[in-house]
Amino acid sequence: MKTIIEAKNIHKSYPMGKQTLHVLKGISLKVQTGSFTAIVGASGSGKSTLLHILGALDKPDNGSVEFEGKNISNFSAAQLNRYRNQSVGFVFQFYHLLNELNVLENTLLPAMITNGPTGYLKKKKELQEAAAALLERFGLGGRLRHRPYELSGGERQRVAIARALMNKPALLLADEPTGNLDSKTGSGILDVLKELNRGGQTIIMVTHDLRIAQMAGEIVHLEDGRIVETSKKS
Amino acid sequence: MLPWKLAVRYFRSRPSSWLAVAAVALCTFIVVVVLTVMNGLVSDFKEKNHLAVGDCILTTDSLVGFPDDPNWLALLESQPFIEAVSPAVFGVGLITQTGADWNIAVQFLGIDPVRHSAATGFGRSLHYRKNQPHLAFVPSYAPNEPGCVVGIDLAGISRTSQGTYLHPLQPVPIRLILSSFPLTPRGAMARGGTDLVNSKTYYLADDSHTGIPQIDGSMIYLPLEEARLLAGMDSPFPRISSIHIRFKPSVGLQEGVEQVRKLWTEYLDSRRNHPYFNLLEAVRVQNWLENRRSRIAAVEKEQTMLIFLFLMLGIITVFIVFVIFYMLVGHKSKDIGILQSIGMSKIKIAQVFLHFAALIGFCGTLLGAAGGCLFLVYINPIENWLFERFDFQLWDRTIYAIGQIPNQIQPVFLLNVGLAAVAACLAGALIPAVQAARKETVEVLRVSQV
Ligand SMILES: Nc1ncnc2c1ncn2[C@@H]1O[C@H](COP(=O)(O)OP(=O)(O)OP(=O)(O)O)[C@@H](O)[C@H]1O
Ligand SMILES: [Mg+2]
Repeated sequence: MKTIIEAKNIHKSYPMGKQTLHVLKGISLKVQTGSFTAIVGASGSGKSTLLHILGALDKPDNGSVEFEGKNISNFSAAQLNRYRNQSVGFVFQFYHLLNELNVLENTLLPAMITNGPTGYLKKKKELQEAAAALLERFGLGGRLRHRPYELSGGERQRVAIARALMNKPALLLADEPTGNLDSKTGSGILDVLKELNRGGQTIIMVTHDLRIAQMAGEIVHLEDGRIVETSKKS
Repeated sequence: MLPWKLAVRYFRSRPSSWLAVAAVALCTFIVVVVLTVMNGLVSDFKEKNHLAVGDCILTTDSLVGFPDDPNWLALLESQPFIEAVSPAVFGVGLITQTGADWNIAVQFLGIDPVRHSAATGFGRSLHYRKNQPHLAFVPSYAPNEPGCVVGIDLAGISRTSQGTYLHPLQPVPIRLILSSFPLTPRGAMARGGTDLVNSKTYYLADDSHTGIPQIDGSMIYLPLEEARLLAGMDSPFPRISSIHIRFKPSVGLQEGVEQVRKLWTEYLDSRRNHPYFNLLEAVRVQNWLENRRSRIAAVEKEQTMLIFLFLMLGIITVFIVFVIFYMLVGHKSKDIGILQSIGMSKIKIAQVFLHFAALIGFCGTLLGAAGGCLFLVYINPIENWLFERFDFQLWDRTIYAIGQIPNQIQPVFLLNVGLAAVAACLAGALIPAVQAARKETVEVLRVSQV
């Protein structure tokens, strides 16, 4: 199996008044292509911070992240934008959709950014069909023109997943994707993720719920900024 | 394209954007209306001064005038770039009526009415003899008596509240006694020992309306030779006070004045032996703007003041737009984080807000300019209506020499105001836009998680 992303000795701290809060204290992590990794830990253990660093939404103080063998700390601003846009897809706990755009447009956002105005107009039909197909697959075929605030939490999260997948990223990062949903809706979202993984999608998911983590192939336990245990399902 | 799309959506979804549009529209409206009226008043006033003076004038500050030389006038008239030349005698005096116990200080100008009408707007300023300047000084009720033309406000022609003068069908038969103080070329009182004052009687033949209150309220026009006698400019050699010149229509003002100046310098050189060379030396060649500078400058100063005030208004608009965008960026920081997290560049994010600002500027300007133009088109009917209904008048026509409120809309001016308004919006949005682009992705996304 090939390594898709590797974190090497990541440190991250935040200034807290006069003191500094050392959140990540040397995290090293290897994730294989096609795997489903769950990161678990108590609230405040640094799970989100780690995921943000992997998705290049934040920078580590020390250590490096290598994506497909390339150190993303050396990326230029344009390369970083391309990395966020095409290599990874991010799913947030609070969906983070744009209220001014409808469901279809929200899903299309990453593709609009990739292609620029002329490119997008040229491929518009093809891209819209691809986005509609993704939404259809997640049971949102009838809601394309709806605004996010007209959807339920579970529906919104499925739109967010569709958006994250729009540019066919090699890696899907999900930060507590079910954290804000009831257990039934949540398990629906987890089913979607599981199915994606069966189709070959590499996924890293953060959760504080050990039962949810059980469905992943690999579980990384985070405690006080360190990885204390890594368990693998056979 | 994405920045535009988002800008349009933000624009439509945020009530505060309409507030900004209203602010810009209001500002544009006021600027368009007030500056158009002001520009109209100023150019109207300039045109009146132009008509009163002619294109170019040779004049002296001295009350004793300068030598009148028919050869010099003939030389001027023979120039291909000159259309008309009119010499004039200027003096000051008092008017009164037989048996009256009052007198009024006046100025008088001696002219040949036909020549003066060709060189200036004198003929057009007349009422009864508008199309017959050769009869300007002939009282219709007493054709054989000496006549004069009196400034319309000095003549006491009454005015309606709308500003129109009410002329009787015939000039009112008034006999005026004009007294003046003749001066020698050295500036002493002439005809010393006899009678120090020259007095003559004239009949009011017509009135003159130049639209310049200072002239219309104190000027009496007389035949050139009459004025010359009154002012004592007939001896020991004939003198005049000014020469008014009109250029051919194809001749540029500055170009014409330069040529006259050159001719005058040459003429001056040939007259060095003249006993009163000093009087000739005191003569200045001016274009009408230079000649009326002090009067026009007062009005232009007000115009500059207004423009300055509106610059302040523009700054306030920039500030309003700035505040609205500052708030918007605060509201939309989550969106900014989201867009960054899916790889939108900082420049594109700044563009969202700048496009938004451009939209506000464009809509505001369009609305304001359209409203302003509409208002200008109807400004006179509106003022009339206000006057009839509420007795309100922007300018009291019994005091100000204004007919209609000028409402000539200038497309170039409109375009400039529009560009300035859009630029002001962009300036106001610039700092918030840069601020938006510089936000740290995680920071904003984390804030909204709390
Ligand atoms: N920008 C920041 N400034 C200061 N402290 C921060 C910042 N970001 C994170 N922290 C702190 O770092 C610690 C870890 O945060 P993080 O969000 O990674 O935890 P988490 O494991 O995701 O917790 P949860 O399960 O509650 O989401 C927390 O104590 C948090 O207060
Ligand atoms: Mg978290």
